[in-house]
Amino acid sequence: MAAEPRTAALGALRHDLRLIAGLIPENSRTLDVGCGDGALLAYLTNEKGGDARGIELSQNGVNACVAQGLSVIQGDADTDLSDYPDQAFDYVVLSRTLQATRQPEAVLTNLVRIGKHAVVSFVNFGHWRKRLELLFNGRMPVNGVNTNWYSSQDIHPCTILDFVTMCRTLGLTIESAMSVDSHGAKRLIATNGRSANLRGEQAIFLLRRD
Amino acid sequence: MATKSLSLLQVANGDLPGHTVELGRDEPLLLDSGKSLSPFSVAYETHGALNAERTNAVLICHALTGDQYVANPNPLTGKPGWWDLVVGPEKIIDTNRFFVICANILGGCLGSTGPASTNPATGKPWGLDFPVITISDMVRAQMRLLDHLGIEKLFLAIGGSMGGMQVLDLASHYSDRVFAAAPIAAAPRHSAQNIAFHEVGRQAIMADPDWCHGNYLAEGKRPTRGLAVARMEAHITYLSETALHRKFGRRLQGRDALTFGFDADFQVESYLRHQGSTFVDRFDPNSYLYITRAMDYFDLSAEHDGVLANAFAGTDVRFCVMSFSSDWLYPTAESRTIVHALNAVAANVSFIEIETDKGHDAFLLDEPEMHRTLAGFIDGCARQIGLD
Repeated sequence: MAAEPRTAALGALRHDLRLIAGLIPENSRTLDVGCGDGALLAYLTNEKGGDARGIELSQNGVNACVAQGLSVIQGDADTDLSDYPDQAFDYVVLSRTLQATRQPEAVLTNLVRIGKHAVVSFVNFGHWRKRLELLFNGRMPVNGVNTNWYSSQDIHPCTILDFVTMCRTLGLTIESAMSVDSHGAKRLIATNGRSANLRGEQAIFLLRRD
Repeated sequence: MATKSLSLLQVANGDLPGHTVELGRDEPLLLDSGKSLSPFSVAYETHGALNAERTNAVLICHALTGDQYVANPNPLTGKPGWWDLVVGPEKIIDTNRFFVICANILGGCLGSTGPASTNPATGKPWGLDFPVITISDMVRAQMRLLDHLGIEKLFLAIGGSMGGMQVLDLASHYSDRVFAAAPIAAAPRHSAQNIAFHEVGRQAIMADPDWCHGNYLAEGKRPTRGLAVARMEAHITYLSETALHRKFGRRLQGRDALTFGFDADFQVESYLRHQGSTFVDRFDPNSYLYITRAMDYFDLSAEHDGVLANAFAGTDVRFCVMSFSSDWLYPTAESRTIVHALNAVAANVSFIEIETDKGHDAFLLDEPEMHRTLAGFIDGCARQIGLD
């Protein structure tokens, strides 16, 4: 019954998770919605001394997390966030999951309700390469290789500008925002976000409800 | 048959391996019914050693027909302990690391006070004069045992089925006395269907003329036929249809053709008859009535105006809720209800549904995924409080 390897030096984390981890102070209470194999949870638990929990849709992912000693439940961002009380967590993380939810607006509203801060990362469909794909190939850009528009889980892809507009509509405060290019270099997103919308492959937003 | 019955008699006389302690002589055990027991006995087994800080105690709560022989051979049946797969040196609940306690429940028939015990007021077996007990009463008795053992806070409370109900009750009422809780294949309350199955079992026992209105011990009889039927019926609910089919199908028992009679033509009949007839050698019929009643009365939300979440308000306990996909007695939906309630109070909870076709009894069987995830949960909790 030897414990499985516990990960996770910061360097071993996926780009966006590494940046997200950087936004979360030590000893925070965090909920990672769509926590996958638990890489971020393991990092936060082991390196930042926090109380980190997860929700994951796939039962295999959940089992893998729990087998590592992480606190994870099987659940769905669309249906299971409404259970949680207001401001139950310091940070609620939704990494590359928003585009796969049925109701992104309701999900985002729940994130800032149950967390004092919400961290949302997503693939920016406004990136110049995605724009060129549509312009020159005439095909819908998709996320990832070997993915078709009809089989993709990403039913609500968006651009950085789309996301900023939604935040404004919902009256959310954008505490900080950064884009990440293909080399993993980050840059802060300026107020109007137009440049980041063209050059950022991914975006990470830190939000709160006023 | 005669030898085995004698064994139950020996149990009544206290000839049991393990420990038995008499409690509550000065401070009666107050029961939910308003009655009290003073004194009462708790028979229990322990494995491993309590560490100097007293932080490594694990309480294992047994199911309806389980007992304290969780890892040691059962003295009545000679079979290995009921959770021998999970509890022992270098096993998931590692007795080299943890101090494991498993007590026969209040109302049971393997050394703890129950309806077959002697009523101190009359010097005769309690029979139906024994007060109706609840899951909370069982937990109260176990907390008294912890007091006796000098254990203020458990590292872990764990159990399957009715054991899981005790774990939930314990975590709700004594959240400061447990660090982690793992209710497995359990439910926060008994459903109408659960109650219905139990009622059939009880009626089978009470319809047996040898039950003698509960007074069979004094009259030198035992309602073994009724108890066997109760067990046969209950046993069906512990298995899935798929598992029953795989095990028996429509295969015939030791014959090539139907007999056009009421013998056990089918293997499944023969199997159930065997389950029934061996069960009566190790279980007291009145205990069966009392314990099934306790389960039927179980509804953790009842004292919180039906809001289950309030049973866990402010809890610091780390939970691991586990269910089995083919369990139709306490299906996954029941575990989800528990998880939703725990989420509503932002409790620290893990939830696993194990994919298996073995039904409710899967928690007792070799289920590698259950064992792997349980081990991860226990190790994670141990790391958190620095238990090596």
